[in-house]
Amino acid sequence: MIAETGLAALWLAAALCALQLLFGIAVLRGNSDELSSAVRPVAVVQGLLTGISFLMLIWLFLRTDLSVELVALNSHSAKPWLYKFAGTWGNHEGSMLLWVAILAVAGGLVALFERRLNERTLIATLAAQAAIGLGFYAFLLFASNPFARLSPAAAEGQGLNPLLQDPGLAFHPPTLYLGYVGMSVAFSFAVGALVTRDVGAAFARAMRPWVLGSWIFLTLGITAGSYWAYYELGWGGWWFWDPVENASLMPWLAATALLHSVTVLATRDSLRAWTVMLAVVAFSMSMVGTFLVRSGILTSVHAFAVDPQRGTFILALLVLYIGGALALYGLRVGTVREGSQFEPVSREGALVANNLLFTAILGVVLIGTLYPLIVEAVTGEQLSVGPPYFNSTAGPLALLLVVVMAAGPLMRWRKDDWKKVVNRISLPILIASLVLAILMLAVSPIGILPTLGLTLAAGVGAASLAPLWGRKLRRTPLFTWGMVIAHLGVSVCMAGMAFESSFSEEVLVASRPGETHQVGPYTITFLGTEPVAGPNWTAIEARLSVNGDPEDLLRPQSRMFSSPPTETNEAAIRTAWNGQLYTVIGNGDGSGRWQLRLWWKPFVTWIWLGGVMIAFGGLLSLVGRVRRERRTAQREAYA
Amino acid sequence: MTDEAPMAAPTETPTAKKKHLVLWVPLAFAVIFFGFFAYALYFGTDSPQQRAIESQMVGEQVPEMDLDPAVPGRPGLRTADLATGEPKLLNVFASWCVPCITEAPQLMQLQNAGVTIEAIAIRDRPQDVYGFLQRWGDPFNRIGADPNSQAQLALGSSGVPETFVIDGNGVIVHQHIGEIRPENVPEILNALENAR
Repeated sequence: MIAETGLAALWLAAALCALQLLFGIAVLRGNSDELSSAVRPVAVVQGLLTGISFLMLIWLFLRTDLSVELVALNSHSAKPWLYKFAGTWGNHEGSMLLWVAILAVAGGLVALFERRLNERTLIATLAAQAAIGLGFYAFLLFASNPFARLSPAAAEGQGLNPLLQDPGLAFHPPTLYLGYVGMSVAFSFAVGALVTRDVGAAFARAMRPWVLGSWIFLTLGITAGSYWAYYELGWGGWWFWDPVENASLMPWLAATALLHSVTVLATRDSLRAWTVMLAVVAFSMSMVGTFLVRSGILTSVHAFAVDPQRGTFILALLVLYIGGALALYGLRVGTVREGSQFEPVSREGALVANNLLFTAILGVVLIGTLYPLIVEAVTGEQLSVGPPYFNSTAGPLALLLVVVMAAGPLMRWRKDDWKKVVNRISLPILIASLVLAILMLAVSPIGILPTLGLTLAAGVGAASLAPLWGRKLRRTPLFTWGMVIAHLGVSVCMAGMAFESSFSEEVLVASRPGETHQVGPYTITFLGTEPVAGPNWTAIEARLSVNGDPEDLLRPQSRMFSSPPTETNEAAIRTAWNGQLYTVIGNGDGSGRWQLRLWWKPFVTWIWLGGVMIAFGGLLSLVGRVRRERRTAQREAYA
Repeated sequence: MTDEAPMAAPTETPTAKKKHLVLWVPLAFAVIFFGFFAYALYFGTDSPQQRAIESQMVGEQVPEMDLDPAVPGRPGLRTADLATGEPKLLNVFASWCVPCITEAPQLMQLQNAGVTIEAIAIRDRPQDVYGFLQRWGDPFNRIGADPNSQAQLALGSSGVPETFVIDGNGVIVHQHIGEIRPENVPEILNALENAR
C-alpha cells in the first residue's frame, strides 16, 4: 500500500501541476480573474503531495520492501539504516523524485510566503515553476517510475555494494540538488518577471533569498566534493577539472554572479536585463550539470550510469526550458526599461566587473568542458582538456576578480572617486606589499600564480574586514557580517590553495622496510606491509611509523577491486593545525621494495575551511535579509 | 510556456522599440550547444573508459591453464576439460560480485536446459565460494580457482561476471560481458547451437 500511496500522490501532484500551469495562463491572459486566488493553494497542495510521495519512498527503503523493484535493485536488508535511508536517492529514479519533490516544495513555499511581489508576477512565476515541474513529472511517471512493483517479490535486495556505503556519497548529491533546484525558483521568478514586464527591485528582493539559499548549498556541495576527491582518490589533489566537478562548478559561478547582480537590482534598481539573463544562465547550467552527469555523454572519474534514452528525455527538457526562456528573453527584454544609471567608478561598477569576470570564467570552464565533445563532433578525434588549460585561463581571471572583491565593498553606490577608494584600501595594499616583499626576498622563489595568490590573499583578507572598521559591531547588519565572512573565506581558501601549490613537499621513494624518510616536519619509518582483505577487495597495507613512535602508525592501502578490475589508493592522512601529512603506497618491485609517496601539505585544510566560511557567510546574509524583509513587510502591513 | 500571452496592461512603457539582434545571441549559442549534445548522445563514440573491453581471444583456442579446485570436493579446471567435443559455457564469477547474484537464476535456467557450465572463481576463498553456491544456486560442473586473475587475464576478460561460449574443439566463439539477463538467454543458447 505504501508504494501505491506514493504513486497516487505523485499522479495527483502532476495533475495539480498541470492545473497550476493552466490557471496561471488563464489569469495572465486576463479572462478569468477569479482563478487567481486558486493558484497559490494549488501550488501548496502540489508541494505537500510530492513531499508525501518522497516520504513514502523513504519509508519503503527503510522497511526494505522487496516487492518494489527499485528497493530490490538498490537496497539490502542487512544494510545499516543510514544507508537504507540514503539509498532512497542513491539511484536514478529516487534522485529524480527527490529533484521533483524539492522543486514542488520550493514552489509551495513561494506560494505561501511571498507577499510583497506584484500578484500577477507571482502567478506568472508559479506558472513557470509548474511548467518546469510538468516535464519532470512526465519523466518520472512515464520513463522512470520509482514505485514499480516486482512480482514475485525478491528474496533479498541486490544493493549491498560496500563501495557505495560512504557518508560522503550519501549526502553529497542531495546537497547539490538543493542548490540546482533552488536555481529553478530564481529562473521561474525571472520568467515570471519577463512575462509581466515587471523586472524591478521588488522582483529582485523576492528572488534573492532563493538565489542565496541555493548558492549556499552549491558552495557546500562543491567544498565537500573537493574534499571527498582529495581523500578518496589518493592522488593528493583537491580539484581535477573533471567534467563532473565542472558540472557543479559552472552553476556556482553563474549563481555567484547572479547573487551579486541581484543585490544591485534590489538596492539600486540597475542591471535589470543582465540579472534576468544570469538567472536563466544559472538554471541552464544546473540543468546542463544534471544532463551531463545523468546521460553519461562526458566520462569522468565519477562516472555514473549511462542511459541514452533518459539522456534524450533530459535533452528535450533542456531544449524546451532553456530555449523557451532565451526566446522569451529575446522577445521581451528589449521592452524592459533601463533601470537607474551609475558611474563606472562606483559600487555598481565594481559589481558589474565582478559579473563580467565570473561570466568570463564560466565561459572558459564551459568551453574547456565541452571542447572534447566539439572536437569529436567536428574531426572525430578524441582528446581531453586538462588542468594546464583551466589553470592558465581561469587562474588569472580569478586573481583579477579577487582584486575587485577587495575594493568593491568599500566603494559608494552610484558614484565614487578613485583616489578616495585607494585611500580606503591603503592598509590592505600595505599588508599585501609587505607579504610580497617577504616572498620575494626571504623565501625561495615560487611560481607567479602562487606568489600573487598569497599576496592577494593577505591583502584581500585585510580588505574584507575593512567594511567593519569604524562601525559599531553590534549594530552592523547581519548581512554585512555575512559578506565580510564570505569574502574572508575567499581569502582563506585562496591562501590554502597557494600554500598547497607552492610549499608542499613531496617524497617519492622505493623503500625497504626499516628505512626512514623525512617529509616536512615529519620523520616517517617504513615498518613493512601486510595483506588485508575487505568484502570485495584485497589490499596491501603499509605500516608507517610517525616520528619514530612504533605505536603511532599510518596505514595507507593499495586496494585491488576485481569488478571492474581497478586499483585504488587509500591514502592515510594525518591532520595537524598547520597542514596535512598525506601518505600513499604504490607498487612493490618484487624484491622487497615498495613505492611510497609522502606529501607534506601546509595549510591545505584552509581550502575547505574557506569554502565552509563562504557558505556560512551566505547563511548569515540569508538570515539577515529574510529578517529585514519580514520587518519591512510588517511595517507595511501596519501602515 | 506562457510567453505568447497578450498583456492586459504593460507595467512599463517600452522605450526601445527596435529589435536588437544582440538579444538573440544567447539563444543562438544555446542552440549550437544543444546540437553538440544531441550529436554526442546519438553519434558520439564511446570513450575507452566506458566501453567494456571485448576479448581479443574470441576465435582463438582457450589459453593454457591448470586451475586448482575452488571448493573442496569439486574438480578444478584445465584447458583439456574445455575441448571434449561438446560446446560449453565458461563462466567467470566471484562470490564478492553483486551482478553475479543477478545472473544466478539465468545460469540455473541454462543448466536445466542441458548446458554444461564450467566456471572460474576470481580472487576468491573456498568458504566464500561455497557459501555463494549454497545461497544463490550451483549450476556449475567444474570450478577452477584463479587467485591472482592470471587465467582471467589470459582469457582477455576485463571483469566479472563474463561468460564465454566454447565449441567442442576448445575455441572461444562468443563472449558475453556483464551479467546474463533473462533476455540474453536465447542469444546464449543460439551461440551454443551454432557452435555445434
